[in-house]
Amino acid sequence: MTTFFELLISGISLGAVYALIALGFVVIFRATEVVNFAHASLLFAGGYVTALLTDDIGFWAALIVGIAGAAVVGSLVEFLVIRRYRGRDHSVLAIVTIGVDIVLLTDLTRRIGTDVLPLGDPWGDKIVQIGPLAIPETRIAALLTAALVIAVFLLAFRYTSWGVAMRAAAEDREAAALMGVRLGRVSLSAWAVAGALAAIAALFLTVFPTPGLERNTSLVALKAFPAAIIGGLDSTTGALAGGLIVGVTEAMVTGYQDELSFLGRGLGEVAPYLVMLLILLARPAGLFGTRELTRV
Amino acid sequence: MPHAALQVGALTAGYGPVRALREVTLTVGDGAVVAVLGGNGAGKTTLLRAISRTLGFHGGAVAGGEISFGETRLDRLAAPEVVAAGVVQVPEGRRVFARMTVADNLRAGALGAPRGSRSVSLERVHDLFPVLLERAAQPAGLLSGGEQQMLALARGLMAQPKLLLLDEPTLGLAPLAAERIAERIREINRQGTSVLLVEQNAAIALRVASEAYVLETGRVALSGPAAELAASDEVRRRYLGVVDEDAAADAERIADAAPVLRRWQP
Ligand SMILES: Nc1ncnc2c1ncn2[C@@H]1O[C@H](COP(=O)(O)OP(=O)(O)OP(=O)(O)O)[C@@H](O)[C@H]1O
Ligand SMILES: [Mg+2]
Repeated sequence: MTTFFELLISGISLGAVYALIALGFVVIFRATEVVNFAHASLLFAGGYVTALLTDDIGFWAALIVGIAGAAVVGSLVEFLVIRRYRGRDHSVLAIVTIGVDIVLLTDLTRRIGTDVLPLGDPWGDKIVQIGPLAIPETRIAALLTAALVIAVFLLAFRYTSWGVAMRAAAEDREAAALMGVRLGRVSLSAWAVAGALAAIAALFLTVFPTPGLERNTSLVALKAFPAAIIGGLDSTTGALAGGLIVGVTEAMVTGYQDELSFLGRGLGEVAPYLVMLLILLARPAGLFGTRELTRV
Repeated sequence: MPHAALQVGALTAGYGPVRALREVTLTVGDGAVVAVLGGNGAGKTTLLRAISRTLGFHGGAVAGGEISFGETRLDRLAAPEVVAAGVVQVPEGRRVFARMTVADNLRAGALGAPRGSRSVSLERVHDLFPVLLERAAQPAGLLSGGEQQMLALARGLMAQPKLLLLDEPTLGLAPLAAERIAERIREINRQGTSVLLVEQNAAIALRVASEAYVLETGRVALSGPAAELAASDEVRRRYLGVVDEDAAADAERIADAAPVLRRWQP
C-alpha cells in the first residue's frame, strides 16, 4: 500500500508537469488554431538556456532567464514563421510547426551531443519522509510549483483583460477584431506564455530521478501530446485532467511493471498513448474538448 | 458641428473576381441615423466590412475610393484602429461569444475602449438593456435571439463608439422584439451616437433613419431623406411590400374570388 501511495504522489507530480506543457499547447491552439508540433523544442530551448547559465549566474537567475528565453523563442516562432502563414489551412500550419521543430531540435541536440546537462537545482536527490511514505523533494517541488503556476494562469485567463481577449479571439476571430482586439498580439502572447510554461516544465523533467537535460528530454516532453488530446485540444480544464491521467498512468504502470511484465517491457512509455486511444474511441473530441482533431 | 462625419467616396470593393461594391458614395453626418437598404447580396455587409477593415477575413479587399471619419482616413487602418477611432460595428448574425458569460462579452466589448471607461459604459448599457444585468453570469449562447441582439448592441456600445455600424439588427426577430430593438437604436442615437443602419426591414429602418440609401447589386440606386424614400413608389413596391393601385385592385379581386377561410372542424 505504501508503494501505491508513493506512486500516486509521484504520478500526480509528473502529471502536473505534463499539464504545464499541455496547457501551453492548448493556449496556442485556442489563440491561433495551430496544433503546435514544435512544443517540445520550446521546452528544450528553455531547459538548455537554464543549464547553460546555471554555473555562472546561479540556479534561480538561470531559471528565470531560461523561462524568458523560451518565451522569446516562442514569440520568434510566431512572429517569423506562423504569422506569414496566417489564414492558411490548419494542416499546413501544423506541418510548418513540424518543420520548425526539426530545425530547432537539430540545432539544440547538435550543441548538446551526448552530454547530460544538470540544471543545478537546489533539491538534488533528497528524500522527504512523510509518515511511511518516502518521496523525493523534487517531486514535491514539482507538484507545488506546477499547481501554483497553473492556478495563476487560470485566474489570469478568467479575470484579466488578456484572458478575455484570448477567449474572445478563440471563439470568433473576426468578432474579436471588431471589438478592438489585436489578434497579432493575442497570438504572440499565446506563444510566449506557452514557451514560459514549457521552460518551467523542462526544469522538472530533468531533475532527480532524471540525471539532467539530454537529447532524449524532448521525447519525454512529447507525452504531453496525449495529455492535451485526452483532455480536449481546446480546453484548459482538459489539459489539467489529461496531464494528471497521463502522469498517474505512467507512474503506476512503470511502478508495477514486474506485475505487468506479461504485457512486455517498457509499458510505462506506451501506456499514455494507449489511454489516449481508448479515450478518443469513446470521446473523439477528448474529455472536455469541443473540437475533434479531424477538424484541425 | 460636423466634426466626425463618415464619408465614403467612390468606394469599390470585392472578393477576388467578384465586384460587390461599385463607386459607392455615402455620408453619415454627426449625430445622424442613416439607413442602407437593399436585397440579398446587394453589398450591404460588404460596405460595413470595408469601413471596419474586416474584408480580409473573407478574402475581400477595397479596390478603390476612400473612407474617412472626421479627419481620420479609415481605409489605411487595421480593424482595431478603426474601433479606436470611434467606429464600431455590430456584425450580422449577432456573433456573441457563446461560450463566454454575458458579463465577459461586455468586457470583451470594452477591450478597444480607453482604460477606466468600463464602469461608465457598463452602467449605460445596463440602463439601456436591464435584462443583461439579470443574465450577467449566464453563457451568452443560452440567451434568446432577441436577448443576443441586445447583448451584441451592448457589447458594441462598450467601446464608446461615436458611430455605430449595425448590420441587420432586427434579422430573425419577431415583430415586437424588432420594434423594441428599433426603439433602443433611437435611444442610443439620442444619447449622441451616430448610426449607420443596414436593414432589409425597410419599414423599420425608414422610421428610425433621417436619410437612406438603397443599394442594388453594389451600386447606390436611390438616396435621399428617409421620409421621401418611404413615400416613393419604387421603394414602397420593392422594399415596403406595398403594391401599387392596379396591383392592389388585382389582389383584391383574387381575394374576393377565393373561398373564405373557415375554421377547421373535426
Ligand atoms: N466571402 C465572400 N466571398 C465571395 N463573395 C462574397 C463573399 N461575401 C459576399 N460575397 C458576394 O458579395 C456580394 C455582396 O454580398 P453582401 O454580403 O455584402 O450582401 P448583403 O447586402 O449583405 O446581403 P444580405 O442581405 O443577404 O446579408 C454578393 O454577391 C455575395 O455573393
Ligand atoms: Mg449582409
